[in-house]
Formats: sequence, C-alpha cells, structure tokens
Amino acid sequence: MTGELLIFIFLFLVTITGGLLMINLTKVIHMVMALVLTFLGIAGLFILLSAEFVAVVQVLIYSGAITIIMLFGIMLTKHSEEEPKTGWAKKGFVFTGIAIFFFVIFFGIRNLSLGPQAENLHEKNTEQIGIMLFTDYVIPFELVSVVLLVSLVGAVILAKKDGKEKEGEEL
Amino acid sequence: MSSIPLSAFLVTALLLFCMGLYGALTKRNAVIVLISIELMLNAVNLNLVAFAKYGVGASIRGQVFSLFTITVAAAEAAVGLAILISLYRNRATVNVDEMNTLKK
Repeated sequence: MTGELLIFIFLFLVTITGGLLMINLTKVIHMVMALVLTFLGIAGLFILLSAEFVAVVQVLIYSGAITIIMLFGIMLTKHSEEEPKTGWAKKGFVFTGIAIFFFVIFFGIRNLSLGPQAENLHEKNTEQIGIMLFTDYVIPFELVSVVLLVSLVGAVILAKKDGKEKEGEEL
Repeated sequence: MSSIPLSAFLVTALLLFCMGLYGALTKRNAVIVLISIELMLNAVNLNLVAFAKYGVGASIRGQVFSLFTITVAAAEAAVGLAILISLYRNRATVNVDEMNTLKK
C-alpha cells in the first residue's frame, strides 16, 4: 500500500462521489455544485498522471468557467427548483443498457497494459506542451482559436434579444 | 515510476462516462443534460492523459490532445447555453421533452 495508491483511491472516491451526487440530488444548483467535486478530483488524477499543466487548465476552465456559465444558465431560465422526475420504466431501460455497456468495456480493459510508461512527462511539462503545440500542432492550434472566436460570436448573436418589434419588451 | 496500473484510470473514466451517459439520457432539465455531456468529455480527457503516460509510444501528445478537447468543450458549452437561452425566450421551457418543435 504505497502513498501513491492511497492518493489514487482518495481521488477516485472524490470523483465518483461527485458523479453519483450529480445523478441523485434533486435540486439543480446542488447538482452543478456536486459536479465541481468531480472536476477537482479529475484535476488531482491529472497531477497523478504527471500532467500538471492540464490539471491547472482543468481547474481554471471546468471548475471555474464552465460551472459559473452553467449556473448563469440555470439562473437565467426559470426552472422548477426540483428536477422533474423521469418515469421508472425509462430509467430502468436506460440503466440496463448502460450496465451492459459498462460490463462489455470493463472486461475489455480490466487487465490492459500497453508497453512501458513515459518517463519524462513531469520534466518541464508546460514547456514540452508548448513546444509540441508550436511545432507539430500549429494548424490545429490556430483552428481552435478560430473555433473559439466563432463560438463567441455565435453565442452573442444567439443570445441577444432579437427583432425590432420586440424592442422594449421585458424578457 | 508509477505503481498504479493503467486499467485503474481507465475504469475511473469508464464509470464517469457511464454516469454522464445516464444523466444525459434520463435528466429532463436541459442545463443538466449539457453538464452530463461535459462529464462524458471529462472521462475522455482522463483517458487521453492516461494514454499519454501509459500508452503505446507514450508521449506528451495525449496531453496536447486533451487541451484541444477542453477548448472545444468550452466552445460547446457557450453555444449550447446560448441556444438554450434563446429557446427559453421563445418557448418558456427548459425541459428537453417539451422541446419538440421539429416533430410538429
């Protein structure tokens, strides 16, 4: 029982607990809050996998930005405080399908191991990522910036009040 | 050297993916459905980073790919939420089973 294993088990429990809470809580805001737990747990797992830069990005983007934007979405739309219930028949059907999926994949990956581990990921992690981004992946990198710009403009156009006939009308 | 086997990370990601899939298929609030999709994307990120350390010809490329995934997921969240808000303005609902304009 090494310390590394203990930390892994702790992060695993944090991650899975967040997901289970997300599924089982009834209030929508609480569900989003439970998800922050999952995102932080995943960030911890990233550090365990010697991906410090990705872990920091995960904390910034997911547990910061996306959570806040989802909370805004919840607050800007009127919802019934409680999540409406779905019928048991549908839930059971979906659960059975996902359980089958889980076991099929699980028996595929439970003893999987591929070659030796990478040794040098933790040395100057951010510098390695930067070098890779600006040598092999320049075009995808630039394309991603275009995607971000398009999504920004698209989001503003979609969410702005439309039509002059509705001018002055309250939301 | 890490003593944790690759399959431990893969099983974590699998559990997260299943939870996200379950949420996306059964929840009725559209915001929660979007969040469940984010959960599934997170599971994929975890797999990518795990393969960056343990995979065949392991290298930093997995982490670079996970960064791309995170960016596209953020863009998806922004556009999805904008669509949701404009839909809410027109139909006054966020329940996915009342969004059936295409059926009529």
